[in-house]
Amino acid sequence: MTDIAIPAARPDTKHETEAPPGAIEIPDFQIVPRRGLVLVAIVLVALIVAIAVNKLWPLTFFHVAFGAAWTIIDLFLGLVLGPIMGKMSVPARIEFTTRLMPKMLLIMPVVVTATLAAGWQLGVHEGTVLTSYPQHAWVVASFIVVGVMSVLALGLLEPANIAVLVELKKPRPNPQVIEQLMKRFIYCAGILGIMQVATLVIMTKLASS
Amino acid sequence: MNERPLPPVTQLAMLSLSLIVIGGIYLSAHLPKHVPLGPAVALLAASALLLVINVILLSRVPDFDWDRFFQVARWSMLAYLVIAGVILYAFLQDHVRGGTLVVLTLSIAVFAVHVPLLVGFTVARYSGDEGRVAA
Repeated sequence: MTDIAIPAARPDTKHETEAPPGAIEIPDFQIVPRRGLVLVAIVLVALIVAIAVNKLWPLTFFHVAFGAAWTIIDLFLGLVLGPIMGKMSVPARIEFTTRLMPKMLLIMPVVVTATLAAGWQLGVHEGTVLTSYPQHAWVVASFIVVGVMSVLALGLLEPANIAVLVELKKPRPNPQVIEQLMKRFIYCAGILGIMQVATLVIMTKLASS
Repeated sequence: MNERPLPPVTQLAMLSLSLIVIGGIYLSAHLPKHVPLGPAVALLAASALLLVINVILLSRVPDFDWDRFFQVARWSMLAYLVIAGVILYAFLQDHVRGGTLVVLTLSIAVFAVHVPLLVGFTVARYSGDEGRVAA
């Protein structure tokens, strides 16, 4: 456990009643859950096999299943959980962060990699990435949406995610740093959630044409 | 909070990643037609230049916590090298060859270096005397 000094914590949480006045207990956690790395390895190996065999079903499975997970997680985190986190008390937010963020650190890169790699391979397999495809403009639009989301996720969201976890691992975490990074994370997740609506529009248009 | 002035590493990295993404979209949007590589090479060169500028700017920051930076950046780089490898493997499976493959490989290399640099910077910029990572 680590203690963090929070001057304006609300007195309605279990943790504050257990901690000394002015301090909040931070649950022990692993920045990168090591057991989760096994699952990550299994998924990545399965993805490589799917690309290698280049059959329609495994490629569709990876693209649809992981793409759906990516969209749903972004929508839910950005438009539902994010605003809720913003209104949580600081101790509750810290506890929630230490439980959610390490998992996100493993889940999101794998989900994004599987969706994009399988999606590209599926597009080549089906010819939908070629200029001869009648809906090519929509496919290029999906590249642009994914590109913008990637830059936001890699440039702002992921570094903030890791930095907040590293900060929370310190013996004396700085609440201002955590606040600033969490704000960045929540705003970024909100923008990504909105952009996922564009993904849904494009993908449903492509699937129905 | 640590309020010392720092170079615009995040902004430059995001611009660099944006250029890589634009180059990737430009190349992939023209398949299977022959694509003039000039624009993609120019975007890649600009992106790589921004990476070099970022490294130089970062190396000049006084009292920067390089231990923390490398602690985070090296693991991050391992993760992004794996991701980059999977993406590159997909391109190789699709018989992407020649100049296009070279541009895509170098673009992925810039991505695999710049993202860990950004992650390491974001963590290390908040390092101070408030304590080391416990585990």
